[in-house]
Amino acid sequence: MPLLSLKDAVARHVRDGQTLALEGFTHLIPFAAAHEVLRQGRRDLHLVRMTPDLVYDQMIGAGCARALTFSWGGNPGVGSLHRLRDAVENGWPRSLAITEHSHAGMATAYTAGASRLPFGLLRGYAGTDLPAVNGQIRSVTCPYTGESIATVPALRPDVTILHAQRADRRGNVLLRGIVGAQREAALAATTLLVTVEEVADDLQSDLNAFVLPHFVVTAVSQVPGGAWPSYAHGYYARDNAFYQEWDEIARDRATFTAWMDRHVLGTTDHAAFLRSLQAARPAEVAGGDGR
Amino acid sequence: MSAPPWTADEMMTVAAARLLWDGCVCFVGIGLPSAAANLARQTHAPGLVLVYESGTIGSRPDVLPLSIGDGELAETATAVVSLPEIFAYWLQGGRIDVGFLGAAQIDRFGNLNSTVIGDYASPRTRLPGAGGAPEIATHAKRTFVLLKQSPRSFVPRLDFRTSVGFGDGGGSRTRLRSPGQGPQAVITDCGLLKPEPLTGELRLVALFENVGVEAARKATGWPLDVADPLEALAPPTDEELRVLRDLQERTSRAHRRPVPLPV
Repeated sequence: MPLLSLKDAVARHVRDGQTLALEGFTHLIPFAAAHEVLRQGRRDLHLVRMTPDLVYDQMIGAGCARALTFSWGGNPGVGSLHRLRDAVENGWPRSLAITEHSHAGMATAYTAGASRLPFGLLRGYAGTDLPAVNGQIRSVTCPYTGESIATVPALRPDVTILHAQRADRRGNVLLRGIVGAQREAALAATTLLVTVEEVADDLQSDLNAFVLPHFVVTAVSQVPGGAWPSYAHGYYARDNAFYQEWDEIARDRATFTAWMDRHVLGTTDHAAFLRSLQAARPAEVAGGDGR
Repeated sequence: MSAPPWTADEMMTVAAARLLWDGCVCFVGIGLPSAAANLARQTHAPGLVLVYESGTIGSRPDVLPLSIGDGELAETATAVVSLPEIFAYWLQGGRIDVGFLGAAQIDRFGNLNSTVIGDYASPRTRLPGAGGAPEIATHAKRTFVLLKQSPRSFVPRLDFRTSVGFGDGGGSRTRLRSPGQGPQAVITDCGLLKPEPLTGELRLVALFENVGVEAARKATGWPLDVADPLEALAPPTDEELRVLRDLQERTSRAHRRPVPLPV
């Protein structure tokens, strides 16, 4: 498990056309890695994520995705993901093929992928229109009871990318707090890249802690602040004010493109991205008052 | 009639909070449901167990979360579990007493659309989609729906059926083998609707004061079934409004507060 710079990790392991899952349910969303994928100009990606969130709004709006598999595509508590909507409603900047699940369906599909099963089962989707628009949602008859149970095919991303709080020098990775479907998305993938807040000699994990052992981790990159504007529990809070600001930034194609050009594509790495945002903030906001 | 000294959102939130009982295990979404559940917890139901779909069980937040996974939900929780676990063991496992749902459209059988307005392949408005809703609608022992009433939202035919209430009516829900009892209350800015036990069709059973039955009919895209007599929903009390407004004020201050960049 090599400790790599994020630039090297993405350059070595992310290819055009791949299926990529950047997971993290509200918490620990790997924004820095997404931005690096954009800086390196990867194209034609199939993006997989339960909640596209701002991270995929940015990637879709930047035109790197040909397809999206998801289960809830909004800006939580704020409203629409305007770039996602523009792609689905108007094909801008390119058309986007969507495969749509419920959260339970997608969690089940990741679990099947992690278990190397061809499909997963759930008691769900019955009576809804989702199977009519997603042909992957089917059913089997239970061999014991005769009941019809919904099935979803396993999700097997080429590359899953996560952000976590800490790794040790062997590459064991520790996550704390809301952990979403990260374990399943990690183990379902062929390649697992992780960015972390810090690399330490000792993981300092409790028994039963959420640890991804080094032999399933392809590369670890230390990227402090790598989940901003989502959060890393114990390190920094979710920037709810920015999630609200995003509504304005992303509503308009030109405003969005200018923001991405200036802060993401116009910077060399995540530290420079954060500095560029800091410089754009009014002084009284830049200081902040903690949380 | 003059406008009352509270908003429609406040009225709906208070009415929803009153439907929750002490000790009830409640699966909460963001927005009005989260406000209602936390209002109930801070008034008549201190033992209410809030379960957020991000996997936090027993959260006791001091301010309302902006997202379903704000850090405070985890910090104040009894337990934090993964998403596959929350959906498989806790929701599908039948541990949830009440699930709250919202939507863009509802039909007369309490089925919900949160996916698209217009045609799926070329939608007029692309909505966020299913999220946890279809399985909450299936598995929670009962669901409460919060939705403002208008001909655009109370429609004769959904553009897309994201979550099932009573399906096509009659015994349709039973035939789908959905374990939960389905939508047992729909709280709107007009009043309260409940399903007719045999058909599953929603019936207006109570009105807020200041709302007339004709207004409710006009706000409904199908011929509305109205109970006789209609009950009146008691207006929010001073105490309920005080607690709710305090909560909203703390929340809005917290969400606007600048967070220093992690530079």
